[in-house]
Amino acid sequence: MHLLQGDKVTVNFGGLVAVSEVDFYTDTGEILGLIGPNGAGKTTLFNLISAAIKPRSGSITFKGKNITGMKPYQVCRMGMSRTFQTVKVFGNMSVLDNVRLASLFGNPQKPSESEATREASELLEFIGLSKDAYLSASELTLANQKRLEMARALAAKPELLLLDELMAGLNQTEVSDAMEDIRQVRDRGVTIIMIEHVMKAIMSICDRIIVLNYGKKIAEGTPEEIVKSKTVIEVYLGE
Amino acid sequence: MDLKNNFLKKTGFNWGLPLVIFLLIAFLPLYGSSYNVTLFIYFLLYMTLAVAWTIFSGATGYISLATAAFYGLGIYAAALFGESMPFIFVIFIGGAASFVLAFLVGALTLRLKGIFFAMFTFGLVLLMKEVLYWWELTIESVRGYFVVSYSNNAIFYYLLGLLLVTIIVAYAMSKSKYGLALKSIGENEEAADHIGVNVTLVKITTFAISATFMGAAGVIMASKLTYIDPVIAFNPMMSFSPALMATFGGMGNLYGPVIGAVIFTYLQEILTTGTLKSYYMLIFGSILVVTIMYLPRGILGLFQQLWNRFRRVKSAPTSRG
Repeated sequence: MHLLQGDKVTVNFGGLVAVSEVDFYTDTGEILGLIGPNGAGKTTLFNLISAAIKPRSGSITFKGKNITGMKPYQVCRMGMSRTFQTVKVFGNMSVLDNVRLASLFGNPQKPSESEATREASELLEFIGLSKDAYLSASELTLANQKRLEMARALAAKPELLLLDELMAGLNQTEVSDAMEDIRQVRDRGVTIIMIEHVMKAIMSICDRIIVLNYGKKIAEGTPEEIVKSKTVIEVYLGE
Repeated sequence: MDLKNNFLKKTGFNWGLPLVIFLLIAFLPLYGSSYNVTLFIYFLLYMTLAVAWTIFSGATGYISLATAAFYGLGIYAAALFGESMPFIFVIFIGGAASFVLAFLVGALTLRLKGIFFAMFTFGLVLLMKEVLYWWELTIESVRGYFVVSYSNNAIFYYLLGLLLVTIIVAYAMSKSKYGLALKSIGENEEAADHIGVNVTLVKITTFAISATFMGAAGVIMASKLTYIDPVIAFNPMMSFSPALMATFGGMGNLYGPVIGAVIFTYLQEILTTGTLKSYYMLIFGSILVVTIMYLPRGILGLFQQLWNRFRRVKSAPTSRG
């Protein structure tokens, strides 16, 4: 049984078919990359997986349970959390409270207030934001806000973590740091699906890649297979 | 020195001053004139409503204009049950009825955002007024009810008790994990949902808790009115005033709505009794516009900002540019 499995998932916005009959799966412990041109339906697929929107047809199962029609907070408490393409930190709350909140409400083990504070502090330590714990989240740099989103998502103790363009807008050093963070998260036993445009990152850390174009899956395979695929080069990677 | 300062800050400043003020108010009927007791009844009423309003709207940013609906429901609870039951039970009934109504209305409307939510909640006030008006006229063939009266001193102490409970609940909620969840909903509802907050349930429950105190306040104030009808009970100003007071005072902490309520109640008292009677609404409206445009964090936020600037200049004149 796969950790996450989607069967012929389809959704449309009015006349536009954003995701069309896409099959996908991910297994425990892997890092799955999701790439494709702008408007290919990558974020929509994330919204479907995290239950923010309902598919028109098809089904998604997580840990063997059908999650179509569930609410995001329920899916989160089942062990799936995510970050957002445009950062959505709670700007007027402290960095620590951002993470503490996720621990208090998202972690299915329902930690006490003091346990949540301890776990949040540990996560900030891990992600390198300890010294900023009492700043307002809005005072952080973009790179650090993205880190904070990742810490917040991790506080929900996910088995599956969805990262939506974690590296967009980051400089070279920050990208390397983020790659290192992702590897460490995986080493903690968290399965990861990531949407990314930074090819260097995708190719070096993903175990497997799915390519979307106009809402359809056009290729799937290891990074080596993907860079050699004629279709992928044609629509996305270029010569 | 530092230790002493901290101690003062932790105990004296935070609790001492409110306690002294509370005691001064609590013994007012013993030394104050009956005019002052009446004036303070309105202070207490509006403080309760403003704090209750802040419990939900302050944290989430959803502007509710349903206050008058819950307040009016409390007034009607007093009219219907006031004769047959002890007053304290009636207060509970008024509060519980408002809780239930707010829960149902919340379940229907809290998916609306911004101005749509504000409009719908205000619509509720008008709807209840019209439906009751129609009911009394065509079904019961009566107009209005009489309400059991209580002395001003009794009303004063019931309100003081209610205000105390409202403040304690509001404070406890803001310090709890649900307070944190409410705040996150105000900041970004989608993100809150995705990290495990049952956004709908938290919103509806908090809306209902906030309405409970409004309903209870209605029950208590009804006994000051002796006669009520739908027009008296569902006065739209009871929706606008608490919202304005809390916004003007600032909703960052509980002092804001309390201070806002005191200022506006007093303003209302001076303006509506003096020669400036007809200017009250004009001034009221102007202050509302100015507050929303220039003081997003209220008068308290403004003072905090000035205080921070002053302290920064004093303590570190050169370190910051």
